[in-house]
Amino acid sequence: MMLEFFFTRGLRALATLLLIVTITFVVLRLSGDPAINILGLDASDEAIREFRRSWGLDQSIWVQYVRYLQAVIEGNLGRSMLDGRSAVDAVIERLPATLSIMVPGFVLQLVVGIPAGILSALRRNTWLDRLVMTSSVVCFTMPGFVFALLLVMVFAVTLHWLPSGGAGTLAHLVLPVLTMGFFGAATLARFTRSAVVDVLGQPHIRAATLRGIPRRRIVLLHVVPNAALPVVTIIGLMLGGLVAGAVITESVFSWPGIGRLLVTSVASRDLAVVQTILLMVGTAMVLANFCVDLAYGFLDPRLRHGQGNSANKG
Amino acid sequence: MQHASVAPLLQIRDLRVRLQSIHGPIEIVRGIDLDVGRGEILGLVGESGCGKSISWLAVLRVLGRQATTTGTVLFEGRNLLDVTEKEMAAYRGRRLAMIVQDATSSLNPIHTIGFQLAETLVHHRRIGWSSARTEAKRLLDRVKIPGAERRLGQYPHELSGGTNQRVAIAMALSGNPDLLIADEPTTALDVTVQAQILELLQEIRRDSGMSIVLISHDLGVVCETSDRIAVMYAGRLAEMAPSSDFWRSARHPYTRGLLDAAPDIDEPIGRLRAIPGQVPAPSETSRGCAFQARCGVALPSCSVETPAMTPVAKHHSVACLRSPSCGREIVQVPREVTACHPF
Amino acid sequence: MPSFLEVQGLTKHFSVRSGAGLFSPRIPLKAVDDVSFSLKKGETLGVVGESGCGKSTTGRLVLGMMAPTHGSILLDGTAVHTRHDAVWRAQRQRMQMVYQDPVSFLDRRLPVGRQVMEPLTVHSIGSSVAERREKAEALFSVVGLRPDQFASYPHELSGGQRQRVILARALVLDPELLVCDEPVSALDVSVGAQVVNLLKDVQLSRGLTYLFISHDLKIVRQVADRVIVMYLGRIVEEAATQELFQQPVHPYTRALMSAVPSLKPHPQRRLSIQGSPPNPMQVPNGCVFHPRCPRASKLCQTERPELRNIAANRSVACHHPEDTTVSSPRKLETI
Repeated sequence: MMLEFFFTRGLRALATLLLIVTITFVVLRLSGDPAINILGLDASDEAIREFRRSWGLDQSIWVQYVRYLQAVIEGNLGRSMLDGRSAVDAVIERLPATLSIMVPGFVLQLVVGIPAGILSALRRNTWLDRLVMTSSVVCFTMPGFVFALLLVMVFAVTLHWLPSGGAGTLAHLVLPVLTMGFFGAATLARFTRSAVVDVLGQPHIRAATLRGIPRRRIVLLHVVPNAALPVVTIIGLMLGGLVAGAVITESVFSWPGIGRLLVTSVASRDLAVVQTILLMVGTAMVLANFCVDLAYGFLDPRLRHGQGNSANKG
Repeated sequence: MQHASVAPLLQIRDLRVRLQSIHGPIEIVRGIDLDVGRGEILGLVGESGCGKSISWLAVLRVLGRQATTTGTVLFEGRNLLDVTEKEMAAYRGRRLAMIVQDATSSLNPIHTIGFQLAETLVHHRRIGWSSARTEAKRLLDRVKIPGAERRLGQYPHELSGGTNQRVAIAMALSGNPDLLIADEPTTALDVTVQAQILELLQEIRRDSGMSIVLISHDLGVVCETSDRIAVMYAGRLAEMAPSSDFWRSARHPYTRGLLDAAPDIDEPIGRLRAIPGQVPAPSETSRGCAFQARCGVALPSCSVETPAMTPVAKHHSVACLRSPSCGREIVQVPREVTACHPF
Repeated sequence: MPSFLEVQGLTKHFSVRSGAGLFSPRIPLKAVDDVSFSLKKGETLGVVGESGCGKSTTGRLVLGMMAPTHGSILLDGTAVHTRHDAVWRAQRQRMQMVYQDPVSFLDRRLPVGRQVMEPLTVHSIGSSVAERREKAEALFSVVGLRPDQFASYPHELSGGQRQRVILARALVLDPELLVCDEPVSALDVSVGAQVVNLLKDVQLSRGLTYLFISHDLKIVRQVADRVIVMYLGRIVEEAATQELFQQPVHPYTRALMSAVPSLKPHPQRRLSIQGSPPNPMQVPNGCVFHPRCPRASKLCQTERPELRNIAANRSVACHHPEDTTVSSPRKLETI
């Protein structure tokens, strides 16, 4: 029976990836001509025709699509139209740079967002709660690039403490990581707070107090594990936001990562590279959501056991 | 019957609870005097919103900052409303235990009942986890849960409502409290299971001499199980009487109304004598007796004067202005409620 | 008089997961198993039993809210439709349901008066809004609500008043059959009694037929003419109310009645039965009640007793029923 579960989940994942490939293909192919985007407006007709022929762009869109799909299924993600390099290589080369801001950024989101949310819920309607929630709203509503520019203004332009862009030293990491982290932390703080407030109102928490269980123990062993379920859902969804955040952050700080690669590739309609990035992101998302589903079963025995006493009502 | 004869275990005097609401403070409990004797089962009856659960949550001080509690709650010579939060925490579960309505939702859904029982035992008895587990099994046996060993590893949603109620009782027993407050312990249960749980509570009292406060909306439940019955209406006590012969001796018009509205299974069938009107919302404040608007025998003075609990017989007091003269014959004026009765 | 509602061999199976795991195979659950009864016009049939006995499912099947696995339901000689066609719609007008929990069956954003008018609009009854409104307002006075409460929202009313709104909405189509599923369980004692009286009054004045489902024996005794006792999807006893409560013959009925808390001292020791209400997924062999039955014999473990007549209008499904000539567990006191 477990097999059935993995089988359906696998099929659904494949369908998702196919959808990603198709939508990217259609959008990129219909929105502009890579030949003109790469060779420039003043390229000769001859060069453009040659470019189209060599990349198969002179075929009908259906033929191109089927060919592309075939290649992807065979594991060949194609070459970059810009420099003829393998798309996978081009992406993998940029991966470490992106991970070096994404992972610390994500960790920052978790270590700031979750405790802030819990604290806020436990000290509901105090100055601390208001402080956390106000700053969360500010981070939440401010567009990512504005926040990034603000950081640059304060720490690079005015205080000269940190570089405003580029990569190389640890100091270069600080502002991009802060940008990546705070946006998600704000979302997470809000969701954690409402999840914890919800659990605090459940009868079994009062019952635990009445049994004489100390407050600290109630919070750690009764409130937090119960609130984890909705929070984990949000974390799974936030991974998508992380990619969007990387695109913005890397552009603002001229960070040589996948986000910037994506921007330049889309601008030149370099399909193979865009597809490779999106497939990678898609796979990561599918895996992340699969982990979230597994986490549900781990966190909540009611889901693990299905509907134990479904036949309670006559 | 063990009446509060020598020194009561718990003495409540002028207990008042105000809750903050968006419309300002609402007084939910409006001055209650109540003694709980040692080894006694005290039944507390009333309809929804009368303050019967709130007053005990206030005694145990778990209502949070939204509530203000005044009055005195004397337990072993100390006023529980005055002690520090740290001292109060030492009373909860160990000296005074309370099981809340709906056992299934009062258990943490993500922990096994074994874990929750052992956790309570470890905390109260300062024993290790392994001996706590043995003790947990013994407690489950004591509340007559079959297959205790297997149950320890199960989650609340895997057990029936009746079994969860037994688990909740077992947890309350883990601190060996002097007083157990059981709030509607049988409300969501089938009658056959209800009978078993009530029997269990009586057995616990018999074996350990524990005092029990049984809160219920069902006069029948309270009558069968307790020694004394206190009736609450709109945040105040209306009547307090021994449960033996209660159906005959009860005098307050509200108590009589409750008795008439839910006739016993062996009484002759006829039209039910319902109390007209509805239970007042806690936010409604009126001068005089809170029941006078629904009362069939109200006097003009009832809308001005708030009646105090007055003794009318041994161990029997009533808060009714008619009480000194109030006999059954006056109260039992038939009150027909027609379908078109406006309220 | 021919019966108004005729239920024959009604059976409903649900498919449920057999075990605790998410992946355990599905097995059939017999929620209702071979239930037959009939109801005359103007009569009230009480259905009692503990949780999981199939009483609510029976009510929903009668209303055609789901399709039975086997068996037939005839309303006034016509089979009750479960497909949403013209016949189904016409039958909907003739039978309505009164629910246990008025809060969740009322729209909290709509004035209650509008909600009472709604069925008229749905069934295109009445030529104008004014006419529908008049009809709905007339019902408000029937169920004891004030005309000015027509514009109230559900949260502005008390529990008892909301139950009156539910009743008005059920009555607005002039139905002939009402299925009442625990109509007063959520109400305070004093208010519940008002609603019970109201149900009785409306039945008399409008000649309604009731299928009254409740776990509360005290209430059923007050309203029902006849009672069926259900256990694990099956009828174990059926009798006229007075006879059933004076002399229950099935051991389960006796246990159920003696478990009801009483205000007066018992004439006899309580007859308590052990164990919890059984799991409908694990129906025992033989008599479904035998694991909890004090009178169970070898026969009960293997052979399922059929529902058989033991007197006029009285049947029981038990190999060893109580002797009806011996005195009852509780004498009827005359006051």
